[in-house]
Amino acid sequence: MTVPIVWYLILSAALFCIGIGGFLIKRNIITIFMSIELMLNAVNLAFVTFANHWHQVSGQIFVFFVMVVAAAEAAVGLAIIISLFRSRNTLNVDQIDLMKL
Amino acid sequence: MNVAIFILFGLLCLGGAMNLLLQRHPINSALSLIVVMSSLAVLYLLLGAEFLALAQIIVYSGAIMVLFVFVIMLLNAGEEERTHGSRAAYLAGIPGVLALFTVLASTFLTLRISFGGTRLGSFLVTTGDLSRVLFRNLLLPFEVTSVLILVAILGAVVLARKEH
Repeated sequence: MTVPIVWYLILSAALFCIGIGGFLIKRNIITIFMSIELMLNAVNLAFVTFANHWHQVSGQIFVFFVMVVAAAEAAVGLAIIISLFRSRNTLNVDQIDLMKL
Repeated sequence: MNVAIFILFGLLCLGGAMNLLLQRHPINSALSLIVVMSSLAVLYLLLGAEFLALAQIIVYSGAIMVLFVFVIMLLNAGEEERTHGSRAAYLAGIPGVLALFTVLASTFLTLRISFGGTRLGSFLVTTGDLSRVLFRNLLLPFEVTSVLILVAILGAVVLARKEH
Protein backbone atom coordinates (compact mmCIF):
# COMPACT_ATOMS: atom_id res chain seq x y z
CA MET A 1 0.00 0.00 0.00
CA THR A 2 1.57 3.27 -1.09
CA VAL A 3 1.01 6.73 0.34
CA PRO A 4 0.20 9.34 -2.36
CA ILE A 5 2.95 12.00 -2.63
CA VAL A 6 0.16 14.60 -2.74
CA TRP A 7 -0.82 13.85 0.87
CA TYR A 8 2.66 14.84 2.06
CA LEU A 9 2.52 18.04 -0.01
CA ILE A 10 -0.92 18.96 1.33
CA LEU A 11 0.26 18.29 4.90
CA SER A 12 3.24 20.54 4.22
CA ALA A 13 0.99 23.30 2.82
CA ALA A 14 -1.33 22.99 5.83
CA LEU A 15 1.56 23.28 8.30
CA PHE A 16 2.92 26.29 6.40
CA CYS A 17 -0.48 28.03 6.47
CA ILE A 18 -0.93 27.29 10.19
CA GLY A 19 2.51 28.87 10.67
CA ILE A 20 1.47 32.02 8.80
CA GLY A 21 -1.76 32.14 10.85
CA GLY A 22 0.21 31.87 14.09
CA PHE A 23 2.56 34.62 12.89
CA LEU A 24 -0.43 36.89 12.28
CA ILE A 25 -2.65 36.28 15.32
CA LYS A 26 -0.15 35.54 18.10
CA ARG A 27 0.86 38.45 20.33
CA ASN A 28 3.78 36.90 22.21
CA ILE A 29 7.09 37.42 20.41
CA ILE A 30 8.43 33.97 21.39
CA THR A 31 5.33 32.25 19.97
CA ILE A 32 5.67 34.28 16.77
CA PHE A 33 9.24 33.04 16.50
CA MET A 34 8.02 29.46 17.01
CA SER A 35 5.53 29.96 14.14
CA ILE A 36 8.46 30.85 11.88
CA GLU A 37 10.19 27.60 12.89
CA LEU A 38 6.96 25.74 12.04
CA MET A 39 6.96 27.30 8.56
CA LEU A 40 10.61 26.26 8.05
CA ASN A 41 9.69 22.71 9.04
CA ALA A 42 6.77 22.66 6.59
CA VAL A 43 9.08 23.67 3.74
CA ASN A 44 11.57 20.99 4.82
CA LEU A 45 8.83 18.36 4.54
CA ALA A 46 8.09 19.51 0.98
CA PHE A 47 11.82 19.31 0.13
CA VAL A 48 12.13 15.74 1.47
CA THR A 49 8.94 14.72 -0.35
CA PHE A 50 10.22 16.02 -3.68
CA ALA A 51 13.63 14.41 -3.05
CA ASN A 52 11.76 11.13 -2.65
CA HIS A 53 9.66 11.71 -5.75
CA TRP A 54 12.52 12.64 -8.11
CA HIS A 55 14.98 10.19 -6.48
CA GLN A 56 17.48 13.03 -5.95
CA VAL A 57 19.74 13.48 -2.92
CA SER A 58 20.04 17.25 -3.44
CA GLY A 59 16.62 17.93 -1.89
CA GLN A 60 17.80 16.38 1.35
CA ILE A 61 21.07 18.36 1.19
CA PHE A 62 18.93 21.50 0.99
CA VAL A 63 17.05 20.45 4.14
CA PHE A 64 20.40 19.93 5.86
CA PHE A 65 21.43 23.51 5.06
CA VAL A 66 18.01 24.85 6.12
CA MET A 67 18.49 23.11 9.48
CA VAL A 68 21.93 24.71 9.95
CA VAL A 69 20.63 28.18 9.08
CA ALA A 70 17.56 27.67 11.32
CA ALA A 71 19.82 26.77 14.26
CA ALA A 72 21.91 29.92 13.73
CA GLU A 73 18.76 32.01 13.28
CA ALA A 74 17.19 30.62 16.48
CA ALA A 75 20.31 31.43 18.53
CA VAL A 76 20.56 35.01 17.26
CA GLY A 77 16.78 35.60 17.35
CA LEU A 78 16.44 34.43 20.94
CA ALA A 79 19.40 36.61 21.95
CA ILE A 80 17.62 39.58 20.34
CA ILE A 81 14.43 38.67 22.27
CA ILE A 82 16.42 38.59 25.53
CA SER A 83 17.98 42.01 24.94
CA LEU A 84 14.56 43.37 23.85
CA PHE A 85 13.01 42.11 27.08
CA ARG A 86 15.82 43.75 29.08
CA SER A 87 15.26 47.15 27.51
CA ARG A 88 11.42 47.21 27.23
CA ASN A 89 10.38 44.70 29.89
CA THR A 90 7.64 43.17 27.77
CA LEU A 91 7.17 40.32 25.29
CA ASN A 92 3.97 41.69 23.75
CA VAL A 93 4.55 42.76 20.15
CA ASP A 94 1.88 45.48 20.41
CA GLN A 95 3.99 47.31 22.98
CA ILE A 96 7.19 47.07 20.92
CA ASP A 97 6.14 49.75 18.45
CA LEU A 98 8.94 52.31 18.54
CA MET A 99 9.32 52.27 14.75
CA LYS A 100 5.58 52.45 14.07
CA LEU A 101 4.26 55.61 12.45
CA MET B 1 0.79 -0.09 7.13
CA ASN B 2 2.44 2.90 5.39
CA VAL B 3 -0.89 4.72 5.14
CA ALA B 4 -1.68 4.03 8.80
CA ILE B 5 1.68 5.44 9.94
CA PHE B 6 1.29 8.48 7.68
CA ILE B 7 -2.25 9.22 8.90
CA LEU B 8 -1.30 8.76 12.56
CA PHE B 9 1.74 11.04 12.47
CA GLY B 10 0.22 13.48 9.98
CA LEU B 11 -2.72 14.03 12.30
CA LEU B 12 -0.30 14.36 15.23
CA CYS B 13 1.53 17.06 13.22
CA LEU B 14 -1.64 18.97 12.41
CA GLY B 15 -2.97 18.62 15.96
CA GLY B 16 0.30 19.88 17.44
CA ALA B 17 0.38 22.82 15.05
CA MET B 18 -3.23 23.77 15.84
CA ASN B 19 -2.46 23.42 19.56
CA LEU B 20 0.49 25.81 19.08
CA LEU B 21 -1.98 28.31 17.64
CA LEU B 22 -4.67 27.87 20.31
CA GLN B 23 -2.61 27.72 23.51
CA ARG B 24 -2.12 31.02 25.28
CA HIS B 25 0.91 30.08 27.37
CA PRO B 26 4.21 30.02 25.41
CA ILE B 27 5.52 26.91 27.21
CA ASN B 28 2.47 24.91 26.00
CA SER B 29 3.10 26.18 22.47
CA ALA B 30 6.76 25.13 22.72
CA LEU B 31 5.84 21.62 23.90
CA SER B 32 3.32 21.19 21.05
CA LEU B 33 5.97 22.35 18.58
CA ILE B 34 8.21 19.52 19.90
CA VAL B 35 5.36 17.09 19.09
CA VAL B 36 5.14 18.50 15.54
CA MET B 37 8.90 18.21 14.96
CA SER B 38 9.14 14.66 16.34
CA SER B 39 6.24 13.47 14.16
CA LEU B 40 7.89 15.13 11.16
CA ALA B 41 10.99 13.04 11.93
CA VAL B 42 8.86 9.88 11.60
CA LEU B 43 7.50 11.14 8.26
CA TYR B 44 11.09 11.77 7.06
CA LEU B 45 11.91 8.17 7.98
CA LEU B 46 8.86 7.06 5.97
CA LEU B 47 10.21 9.06 2.99
CA GLY B 48 13.59 7.32 3.28
CA ALA B 49 15.60 10.20 4.74
CA GLU B 50 17.18 8.42 7.68
CA PHE B 51 19.95 10.93 8.42
CA LEU B 52 17.54 13.87 8.29
CA ALA B 53 15.09 12.09 10.60
CA LEU B 54 17.76 11.76 13.28
CA ALA B 55 19.09 15.29 12.62
CA GLN B 56 15.51 16.57 13.00
CA ILE B 57 15.22 14.92 16.42
CA ILE B 58 18.68 16.04 17.58
CA VAL B 59 18.84 19.56 16.10
CA TYR B 60 15.22 20.68 16.02
CA SER B 61 13.33 18.97 18.82
CA GLY B 62 16.54 18.72 20.82
CA ALA B 63 18.78 21.76 20.55
CA ILE B 64 16.53 24.49 19.13
CA MET B 65 13.51 23.71 21.30
CA VAL B 66 15.68 23.45 24.42
CA LEU B 67 16.87 26.97 23.56
CA PHE B 68 13.24 28.14 23.25
CA VAL B 69 12.18 26.54 26.55
CA PHE B 70 15.29 28.03 28.20
CA VAL B 71 14.39 31.54 27.03
CA ILE B 72 10.73 31.14 28.07
CA MET B 73 11.83 30.12 31.57
CA LEU B 74 14.59 32.75 31.72
CA LEU B 75 12.22 35.60 30.83
CA ASN B 76 9.47 34.09 33.01
CA ALA B 77 7.02 34.47 30.14
CA GLY B 78 3.47 34.28 31.41
CA GLU B 79 0.17 33.97 29.60
CA GLU B 80 -0.29 36.01 26.48
CA GLU B 81 -2.06 39.32 27.02
CA ARG B 82 -5.26 39.73 25.04
CA THR B 83 -4.53 42.84 23.04
CA HIS B 84 -5.89 43.72 19.67
CA GLY B 85 -3.43 43.16 16.88
CA SER B 86 -3.41 45.15 13.69
CA ARG B 87 -6.74 45.06 11.85
CA ALA B 88 -4.98 44.54 8.54
CA ALA B 89 -3.64 41.21 9.83
CA TYR B 90 -7.16 39.96 10.54
CA LEU B 91 -8.91 41.47 7.52
CA ALA B 92 -6.34 40.63 4.85
CA GLY B 93 -4.15 38.02 6.54
CA ILE B 94 -6.59 35.27 7.51
CA PRO B 95 -8.49 35.21 4.16
CA GLY B 96 -5.10 35.42 2.42
CA VAL B 97 -3.84 32.37 4.31
CA LEU B 98 -7.00 30.43 3.46
CA ALA B 99 -6.69 31.45 -0.20
CA LEU B 100 -3.01 30.40 -0.25
CA PHE B 101 -3.91 27.00 1.19
CA THR B 102 -6.73 26.54 -1.31
CA VAL B 103 -4.48 27.42 -4.25
CA LEU B 104 -1.67 25.11 -3.05
CA ALA B 105 -4.01 22.20 -2.27
CA SER B 106 -5.92 22.47 -5.57
CA THR B 107 -2.65 22.70 -7.54
CA PHE B 108 -1.33 19.57 -5.82
CA LEU B 109 -4.63 17.72 -6.30
CA THR B 110 -4.70 18.41 -10.04
CA LEU B 111 -1.20 16.90 -10.27
CA ARG B 112 -1.97 13.86 -8.12
CA ILE B 113 -1.97 11.35 -11.00
CA SER B 114 1.50 12.34 -12.22
CA PHE B 115 2.96 12.36 -8.69
CA GLY B 116 1.90 8.81 -7.87
CA GLY B 117 2.67 7.21 -4.54
CA THR B 118 5.58 6.27 -2.34
CA ARG B 119 6.21 3.68 0.31
CA LEU B 120 8.87 2.83 2.84
CA GLY B 121 12.03 1.61 1.10
CA SER B 122 11.20 2.85 -2.42
CA PHE B 123 13.98 5.43 -2.10
CA LEU B 124 16.42 5.18 0.79
CA VAL B 125 19.21 7.72 1.28
CA THR B 126 21.85 6.46 3.66
CA THR B 127 24.23 8.75 5.51
CA GLY B 128 26.94 7.58 3.11
CA ASP B 129 25.01 8.73 0.01
CA LEU B 130 24.28 12.07 1.61
CA SER B 131 27.85 12.70 2.73
CA ARG B 132 29.25 11.68 -0.68
CA VAL B 133 27.32 14.52 -2.33
CA LEU B 134 27.95 16.91 0.56
CA PHE B 135 31.71 16.47 0.72
CA ARG B 136 32.45 16.03 -3.00
CA ASN B 137 30.19 18.56 -4.73
CA LEU B 138 29.22 20.93 -1.95
CA LEU B 139 32.33 21.21 0.19
CA LEU B 140 32.57 25.02 -0.04
CA PRO B 141 28.95 25.70 1.07
CA PHE B 142 29.45 23.21 3.89
CA GLU B 143 32.53 25.10 5.12
CA VAL B 144 30.75 28.44 4.73
CA THR B 145 27.93 27.22 7.02
CA SER B 146 30.50 26.51 9.72
CA VAL B 147 31.61 30.16 9.47
CA LEU B 148 27.92 31.14 9.68
CA ILE B 149 27.50 29.10 12.87
CA LEU B 150 30.60 30.76 14.36
CA VAL B 151 29.25 34.23 13.54
CA ALA B 152 25.87 33.25 15.03
CA ILE B 153 27.52 32.09 18.27
CA LEU B 154 29.46 35.36 18.57
CA GLY B 155 26.34 37.37 17.73
CA ALA B 156 24.24 35.55 20.32
CA VAL B 157 26.87 36.10 23.02
CA VAL B 158 27.24 39.81 22.18
CA LEU B 159 23.48 40.42 21.99
CA ALA B 160 22.53 38.57 25.17
CA ARG B 161 25.40 39.96 27.25
CA LYS B 162 24.50 42.21 30.18
CA GLU B 163 25.43 45.82 29.48
CA HIS B 164 27.58 47.61 31.98
